[in-house]
Amino acid sequence: MKFPILLDIQSAFKTFTRNKARSFLTTLGIIIGVASVIATVSIGQGASASVQNAINALGSNLLIILPGSSNIGGVKTGFGELSTLTLKDAKAIRKLPAVKTDSANIRMNEQVIWRGNNWATSIMGSSSTFPVIKNWPVTNGAFFNSQQVNTAANVAIIGSTVATQLFGLMNPVGHIVLIHNVPFKIIGELKTIGFNAFGQDQDDIVIIPITTMMEKVAGISWINIIMVSAKSKQDTLSAQNEITALLRQRHHIPPHKPSDFYVRNLTQIAQTAGSSAQIFTILLAAVAAVSLLVGGIGIMNIMLVSVTERTKEIGIRMAVGAKKNDILKQFLIESSVLSLFGGILGIGLGIGISDLISIITPLKTILTIEPIIISIIFSVGVGVFFGFYPAYKASNLNPVEALRYE
Amino acid sequence: MNDLKKNNGGGDIVINLEHIGMIYKTGSINYEALKDINLTIYKGEFFSIMGASGSGKSTMMNILGCLDKPTSGKYFLEGMDVSKLDKDQLAEIRNKKIGFVFQGFNLIQRLSVIENVELPLFYAGIPHKEAVIEAKDALRLVDIDENKENNFPNQISGGEQQRVAIARAIVHNASIIMADEPTGNLDSVRSSELMSFFKKINEERNVTIILVTHEPVVAAFAKKHIIVKDGHIVND
Ligand SMILES: Nc1ncnc2c1ncn2[C@@H]1O[C@H](COP(=O)(O)OP(=O)(O)OP(=O)(O)O)[C@@H](O)[C@H]1O
Ligand SMILES: [Mg+2]
Repeated sequence: MKFPILLDIQSAFKTFTRNKARSFLTTLGIIIGVASVIATVSIGQGASASVQNAINALGSNLLIILPGSSNIGGVKTGFGELSTLTLKDAKAIRKLPAVKTDSANIRMNEQVIWRGNNWATSIMGSSSTFPVIKNWPVTNGAFFNSQQVNTAANVAIIGSTVATQLFGLMNPVGHIVLIHNVPFKIIGELKTIGFNAFGQDQDDIVIIPITTMMEKVAGISWINIIMVSAKSKQDTLSAQNEITALLRQRHHIPPHKPSDFYVRNLTQIAQTAGSSAQIFTILLAAVAAVSLLVGGIGIMNIMLVSVTERTKEIGIRMAVGAKKNDILKQFLIESSVLSLFGGILGIGLGIGISDLISIITPLKTILTIEPIIISIIFSVGVGVFFGFYPAYKASNLNPVEALRYE
Repeated sequence: MNDLKKNNGGGDIVINLEHIGMIYKTGSINYEALKDINLTIYKGEFFSIMGASGSGKSTMMNILGCLDKPTSGKYFLEGMDVSKLDKDQLAEIRNKKIGFVFQGFNLIQRLSVIENVELPLFYAGIPHKEAVIEAKDALRLVDIDENKENNFPNQISGGEQQRVAIARAIVHNASIIMADEPTGNLDSVRSSELMSFFKKINEERNVTIILVTHEPVVAAFAKKHIIVKDGHIVND
């Protein structure tokens, strides 16, 4: 029966507490490596969660139709290709069986003019349920109601960026602006929500009833985005197919030619975001590997010094009966405890940095248990790996020579 | 062998060296430190080895203590041929049978007095609680008080350090103690004090003691004497 490993660990601790400054400096590489892993992983997870939230906020049945060729083979039709979607396309899509009737949004870019000021922004045609669906309330005035949608009223809800650009500090509600030469009365201002995860200013928008958009503004204009909801989550694929078939037919595209529009569902958008998060993770892993390697070399270096310094001690231990493996184990435990200690300090530092980022920046970092567990396993692994050579050297000393060492 | 036994009144043979030779190789130079050593030591003997500096005393002690292997000859320790054993097997023999006391004290400075004494028991795999009790017993035998147990080696005197080394040598009930100039760093009063502990252990516990020394006063504590000269035993 061998002594419990706890005693070895305890004696390893004694070694380090007698040389605190050196132990700390030795593990600095591990501390920094682990701290940067913890901090960057928490940033990465925070960022990808906010992208996911932004995508989920769009509603899970959402389909987005964009102009442009899908770019698979085929000859591009040239400059005008971005103007392929029309208001009539949008109207037709709303009538498809798998598409929810009350949910279409149409977006186009237009100038908004108030007296001498004008501002180019995104005009969105939507329904009266917009504030509820998007969880985006009006803070000043009121959103348009369903009756105003049915009668295609000339009313507009203004985003805070547009309000500031046109009205400065004035209250925009009640003023009349011109959009596409049509007068609109501003009846409400949206709450400021800032930039989304893709870096777009979400407050740079004006919302008008979808009917007004279709009948009075869009006219013959091209539309740059149509957003519709499928009737249910199960219907998204059939809605996508119906839309594709309908638009190809309306645009007279022969079967062998690529479409001049995209239809994307939420899963596809999330996948794109997910794959960039994966690249980010791989980069992080590379940084972590390099810093842990550097930390490990630091540990190996100091363990080699320690073996030389303690040659006499090793000789004494061998004289009283320590076998090769006993010496090997002793130094391996020392190097692992040292790097584990560095790992734990690094985790503490990493959590601190992550919390600090949450406090001083808008990004909410997310800490999970996995990177912490992996860091602990990794730092012990680094200790064992880089401690092996010094420990092996120690265990192979000749007892007579080791005892003679001064 | 039987003749030898009779000569000593029938005691057991602990050590038997047959034609032991030791050649040190440094580069292309071979140095013959021991030449054809034949020696028999019985259980419970107090044995001194004297000789000039460089005569080969420490070389002989290293072989006797299983720290080094001879380049020729056979070494029987309690009847077992140990000249063919590997490093780990020798470590086990040292742990079970041999205790060392060196000139330079050779205590581990980072460990407390009692931890130093526990060390052979640690490597023997004896549970910590038991080891503490045995270490305390060994320390009491060499008159080290409880209140000094937790001191570090640099917090006790040279004489006390050497007594701690004796305690470490006997803690695992070694049958042989190898002491290579144990009084080398002590004044004459401390020397004879220390020697009285060796004598006590030899008499009370029947431990075989092999002592290397330069000083006749110290050698006088032993009951048998040999002199080594140029790698030979010249006087018995
Ligand atoms: N590792 C070694 N390599 C080469 N020569 C050695 C080695 N160890 C000892 N010697 C030589 O062997 C001879 C005997 O050395 P040893 O240490 O046994 O002498 P000693 O009798 O103990 O001397 P002292 O009384 O000074 O301690 C010396 O000449 C020494 O130089
Ligand atoms: Mg010597």
